[in-house]
Amino acid sequence: MPACRLERVYTETGDTMANREEHWARTKSLMWITLAIWFVFGFLIHFFSASLNSIVIFGFPMGWYMGAQGSLIVFVVLIFWFAGKQNQIDQDCGVAED
Amino acid sequence: MKGDFTSNLGKVYGIYTGGFAAFVILLAILEQVGLPDRMIGYLFVFFTIAVYAGIGVLSRTMQVSEYYVAGRKVPPFYNGMATAADWMSAASYIAMAGGIYASGYSYMSFVIGWTGGYVLVAVLIAPYLRKFGAYTVPDFLGARYGGNVARFVGIVILFICSFSYIVAQVTGTGIIASRFLGIDFNIAVFVGLIGILVCSLLGGMRAVTWTQVAQYIVLITAYLIPVIVLSAQKTGVPIPQLMYGQVLQEIQQLEATKPALQGAKPFMATPANATEMFNFIALIVCLMVGTASLPHVLMRFFTTPSVRDARISAGWALLFIFFLYFTAPAYASFAKLEVYQNVLGADLSTLAAIEALPSWIFTYGNLDGLVKICGAAATSAQAVFDACQAKQILTLSHSAFAIGADTVVIATPEIAGLPYVIAGLVAAGGLAAALSTADGLLLAIANALSHDVYYRMIDPNASTKKRLIIARILLIVVAILSAYVAAQKPGGILALVAWAFSLAAGGLFPALVMGIWWSRTTKEGAIAGMTVGFVATLGYLIWTHPTMGLGQPTLWGVANISAGIFGIPLGFIVTYLVSIVTPAPSAEMQEFIKELRIPSGKTMMEEKVEGAGH
Repeated sequence: MPACRLERVYTETGDTMANREEHWARTKSLMWITLAIWFVFGFLIHFFSASLNSIVIFGFPMGWYMGAQGSLIVFVVLIFWFAGKQNQIDQDCGVAED
Repeated sequence: MKGDFTSNLGKVYGIYTGGFAAFVILLAILEQVGLPDRMIGYLFVFFTIAVYAGIGVLSRTMQVSEYYVAGRKVPPFYNGMATAADWMSAASYIAMAGGIYASGYSYMSFVIGWTGGYVLVAVLIAPYLRKFGAYTVPDFLGARYGGNVARFVGIVILFICSFSYIVAQVTGTGIIASRFLGIDFNIAVFVGLIGILVCSLLGGMRAVTWTQVAQYIVLITAYLIPVIVLSAQKTGVPIPQLMYGQVLQEIQQLEATKPALQGAKPFMATPANATEMFNFIALIVCLMVGTASLPHVLMRFFTTPSVRDARISAGWALLFIFFLYFTAPAYASFAKLEVYQNVLGADLSTLAAIEALPSWIFTYGNLDGLVKICGAAATSAQAVFDACQAKQILTLSHSAFAIGADTVVIATPEIAGLPYVIAGLVAAGGLAAALSTADGLLLAIANALSHDVYYRMIDPNASTKKRLIIARILLIVVAILSAYVAAQKPGGILALVAWAFSLAAGGLFPALVMGIWWSRTTKEGAIAGMTVGFVATLGYLIWTHPTMGLGQPTLWGVANISAGIFGIPLGFIVTYLVSIVTPAPSAEMQEFIKELRIPSGKTMMEEKVEGAGH
C-alpha cells in the first residue's frame, strides 16, 4: 500500500491534517469491506442453507456447517485480517502508536 | 513485582494449568479408592473458588486506574481469554448445546449471533473507546454528548440490561451448586454471591481480569474433555468437531427409518417459510448488535495497553469463544444420536424392559425431573412403568420423551461412561462460566454507579480513597441485590438474558457508532435516539411477551426475542433526524472526534486526581 503522506509538512506530533483525512478515508473503506464480508457470512449465506445442505462434505451438510462452524471461522480470521490491515493504514499515515 | 507479573504471565498460568490438571488427577485417584461422589463435588467447588479468591486477594489495589481498567496493561492474548470468560455465561456453557439438541438448526442463530458481534466490536467501537480512555461506557457517552443527560440515559440502559443479566448468572450458580452439592437453592445463591464478591471486591477490574483468565482455562477444559472422550468412543477419533459429520448422517438415517421418530422435526430442518427465515435472521442481528453494545463486554477492551491491542484482542477473544461454540453443536449431535439410538423406540410394556434403559435417564430423572417419560419424571423404572401404563404407551416415541435443555452437557460424562470426577469437572466449569460473567456484569453496574453517578455527577472533587471506598460499597450493594432477586426465582431467566441483548442493541448501539463515525451527531440527537431505541425495544418486549408482558399478538410475526429489530433502526433514524435539525457540535467537539479517530497520541481521558498513579 502506498504511503499516506500527501505533503511532507510535519506537525509536532509527526502527522499532518491531510494525512489524518486520508487516514480516515482509508479507515472507512476498510470498515466497509470488513462489514461486507461480515454481512455475507453473518446473514446472506444463511438464506441459502436449504440449498447448501444438498452439498455434503465429510458428513456435514454445508448449510448446517456454515451455521455451526464455517461462518465462525470466517469471523475469527476476518478480525485478525482487519486488525493487520488497520495497523498498516495507521503506520502508512504516521498515526500509529509508538 | 507488578511488572514482573505481566512478563511472567505465561509461566504463571502454565503452572496454574498444570496444578489444576494435577488436582483433577488426584481427585480421580481418590475416587478410585472410594471417596464418595458428593465429596468430590464439594472439593471441586471449594478448591476452584478458593483459587479465584486467592487471585482476587493477590490483585487487591488502591489505585483508581487499576481498579477501573486494570492499569491498562493486560496483554491482548490474555484480555482475549478474560473476555471469553466474561462473555460465556451459564447460558453458553449449559444451555447452548441443550438448545441445539432441542431445536436443531434453528438454534444456530444463537451460535452465529453470539460470535459475529465481535466483528462489530473490533471494527466499529472498541478501538475508539480505548483511545478515549473511558472507564465505563456511560463515561464515553457523557464526554461525546457533552453532559450528564446522555450519561444518565446511558446509565439507565446499562443498569436495566446488566441487572437482568446478572440475576440470570446468579441463578445459574445457584442451580449448579444446588444440583451438584445438594445445597438448598437459596443458600446456593448466596454461596455463589460470595464466590463473585471475593473475586472483585479488593481488586476491581484488575482482580476480575486475572480470575477470568483462570476461569477460562477451567471452563474450556471442562467443556472439551467429555465430548472428546465420547467422540473417541463413537468414531475412533478424538476430534468431535470434525467427526460429528458422521453422527449427523446417522441421525438423518434414523429420522428417515425409525418408527419411533415418525413426525419428529428433523434435526437439520432449515427455516420453513419467510416468517421463520426473517426471525432467524432478525435474532442474529439483535444478538450481534447486542454483543457490540453490552457494557460488560466493551469495558474489557478498555484494559489493553494500546488501541492496536484492543483490536487484536477482539480477535483473540473470538478465537477463545469459538473453541466452545463450535463444540456445542457436536455435543448436541452426540446426545441426539445417543437418544435416537439407545432410548427412543424402547419397549415400555414391561418393568424389566424399562429397567434396561440407559442408567443416565434415571440419574437425571431424579435431578429436578430433568428427564420425563410419558409425562412423568423418570425417577425409577416403576414410576415410568406406571405413567406409561396409565397413558397406554407401549413404545417410547419422541413425543413421550422429554429432556431438560440443561441436561445435555451435564449428562454427557455419564453417557460416555466416564468416572464421576469428570462430572464434577463439568460442574466446576459451569460454575466458572457463571461466576466469570457475573463478575464482569457486577463491575459494569457498580462502576457505572460509582464512577458515573457518584464521581462524575455527585461529587467530582472526591478523593481517590473515597472513590474507591464508595465503589466497593456499591459493589456489595449490587451483589446482594442481585442475589436477593435471584432467590425470588423470577420466571423465564433465559428470556431475561435474551432481552438484555435487544435492549442494549436498541438503546446504546446507534449512539456509540454514530458518535464515532458521524461527527455531525449532536447531543440532542443521541439522547433522543437512545431513548426512542430503548423504549421501542422495551415496549415491544412487554407488549408481546406471553408471561412477563401483556401477551399481545406480534407485529408482522416478529418474535418477542428479536424486539431489537425495531429499536435498532429507530434509534439510528431518530438520532439522524434530530441531529440534522439541531446545531452542529462545537469546533471543540469536532477536534475531540478527530483525535478519537487516530490511534497515536495520549489517552484522551486521563485520571486527573493527584497520586492516583499510573
